[in-house]
Amino acid sequence: MPFKSTVGDYQTVATLETFGFLPPMSQDEIYDQIAYIIAQGWSPLVEHVHPSRSMSTYWSYWKLPFFGEKDLGVIVSELEACHRAYPDHHVRLVGYDAYTQSQGSCFVVFEAR
Amino acid sequence: MSKKYDAGVKEYRDTYWTPDYIPLDTDLLACFKVTGQEGVPKEEVAAAVAAESSTGTWSTVWSELLTDLEFYKGRCYRIEDVPGDKESFYAFIAYPLDLFEEGSITNVLTSLVGNVFGFKALRHLRLEDIRFPMAFIKTCPGPPNGICVERDRMNKYGRPLLGCTIKPKLGLSGKNYGRVVYECLRGGLDFTKDDENINSQPFQRWQNRFEFVAEAVQLSQEETGEKKGHYLNCTAATPEEMYERAEFAKELGQPIIMHDYITGGFTANTGLSKWCRKNGMLLHIHRAMHAVIDRHPKHGIHFRVLAKCLRLSGGDQLHTGTVVGKLEGDRQTTLGFIDQLRESFVPEDRSRGNFFDQDWGSMPGVFAVASGGIHVWHMPALVAIFGDDSVLQFGGGTHGHPWGSAAGAAANRVALEACVKARNAGREIEKESRDILLEAAKHSPELAIALETWKEIKFEFDTVDKLDVN
Repeated sequence: MPFKSTVGDYQTVATLETFGFLPPMSQDEIYDQIAYIIAQGWSPLVEHVHPSRSMSTYWSYWKLPFFGEKDLGVIVSELEACHRAYPDHHVRLVGYDAYTQSQGSCFVVFEAR
Repeated sequence: MSKKYDAGVKEYRDTYWTPDYIPLDTDLLACFKVTGQEGVPKEEVAAAVAAESSTGTWSTVWSELLTDLEFYKGRCYRIEDVPGDKESFYAFIAYPLDLFEEGSITNVLTSLVGNVFGFKALRHLRLEDIRFPMAFIKTCPGPPNGICVERDRMNKYGRPLLGCTIKPKLGLSGKNYGRVVYECLRGGLDFTKDDENINSQPFQRWQNRFEFVAEAVQLSQEETGEKKGHYLNCTAATPEEMYERAEFAKELGQPIIMHDYITGGFTANTGLSKWCRKNGMLLHIHRAMHAVIDRHPKHGIHFRVLAKCLRLSGGDQLHTGTVVGKLEGDRQTTLGFIDQLRESFVPEDRSRGNFFDQDWGSMPGVFAVASGGIHVWHMPALVAIFGDDSVLQFGGGTHGHPWGSAAGAAANRVALEACVKARNAGREIEKESRDILLEAAKHSPELAIALETWKEIKFEFDTVDKLDVN
């Protein structure tokens, strides 16, 4: 059967940058992304912010970047701890790359409740 | 010891062919592909190229003896066969640093690709590569911002950036043009782009365009919560007009402007780039006219040289072709010159067309821009080829969506993020491209429709300019 399209209405969505257009990730999918960050030699970093400030350059650090951390479980528990402490904040995971002084990876793991 | 003046015509090779010469770290090195007239010995033709692109002229002149030409002359120090080509050869020429004004790409090109290209002893001549010495690089301004700063300003991390050129490229009023910008940005693109032909024509004067575009950028940022930009083309007939447009873009709070560096010229480009550094503005670089210069395999200048020159002259993003789309460019060659844009050191690698080790020192990197005839099915290959430090631009592949530009933008954004996520998770995205895109389309009707719309479109023509390899 030939494909027929009717024109649909595209509704603008508010998103939080990288991976904002994908459905929320499962636990396993988040593990994969953390493993990628660690395999690149980047430092995992957890940041959080109140939704009213989500476009600001600086989100609050959760503790400090986890320099040299290789254990996936540690990063997952820090993400969860941050989410528990700031349930009304967005929480994102960053793969910090000291060589480029940039973020090799950055995406929101928990959106504010 | 002083020399005697001996008037007349000497063979070039007596002076300019020096096979024992060991190039200095401060020398500027060039590799030319030379096709001489029949019957002229290779050494003579190569030496003539060295002479005519540096200190020499056709006759001995008395005034040469007023200086130390041994210090200033260019020298051909090596000749190599071109694999699979009997009529041409590579000539490697070393130029002393003092032949060039500090920080002037214009001056380098005036010497290296000046008169010599019209020289009668040559049938064809092509500048394949230049090794710029660190001593010269440190005098060049380079990209006004670079990759790291651009990511920080635009808040885009961990993926290629996504853009699109506004179409139709000519003929829209300012307000209609701004509408298309708004649709693309609200749909999920990071950038939109003025087409290179858009300057300030009767149907749409530049102030009018800038104002409507600024409103579209502002509105889409507020509605999506993400940083957005539009490359406002400041290319104009005179530098004064370019600066006036750039100043207005800044006044409107816009993050990025655009210049066409070959038609505009290197002097104009370097000037505008310095303005961008001073004024905190990103600079997107288009390359109209490059194919006139770089497409013929035996004559002209290879694009890797034009790309290196742009990094030195200044720009934060440069078009590089797409490999997979409608425009010329093979994969290995493209990988070779995008390394020259982004890396701090690029080793000699003939399989990628790089003839020299090139150390870029502390010079910031330039985003590679892939644009032209690409659509959503190309996304996995583009992410694999270009990596994160790139801008992927879909024109027809955005506006051609059956639901319009916003849905087309969303389809591309979903596809891009699905590919990045899959790559990070260790999947082979080129091999598994079909599965990755179809899985992502389950959550996105916009992507499903885009995949259906462009499923049969391919651009499979052979490359005209190939690497010389056996």
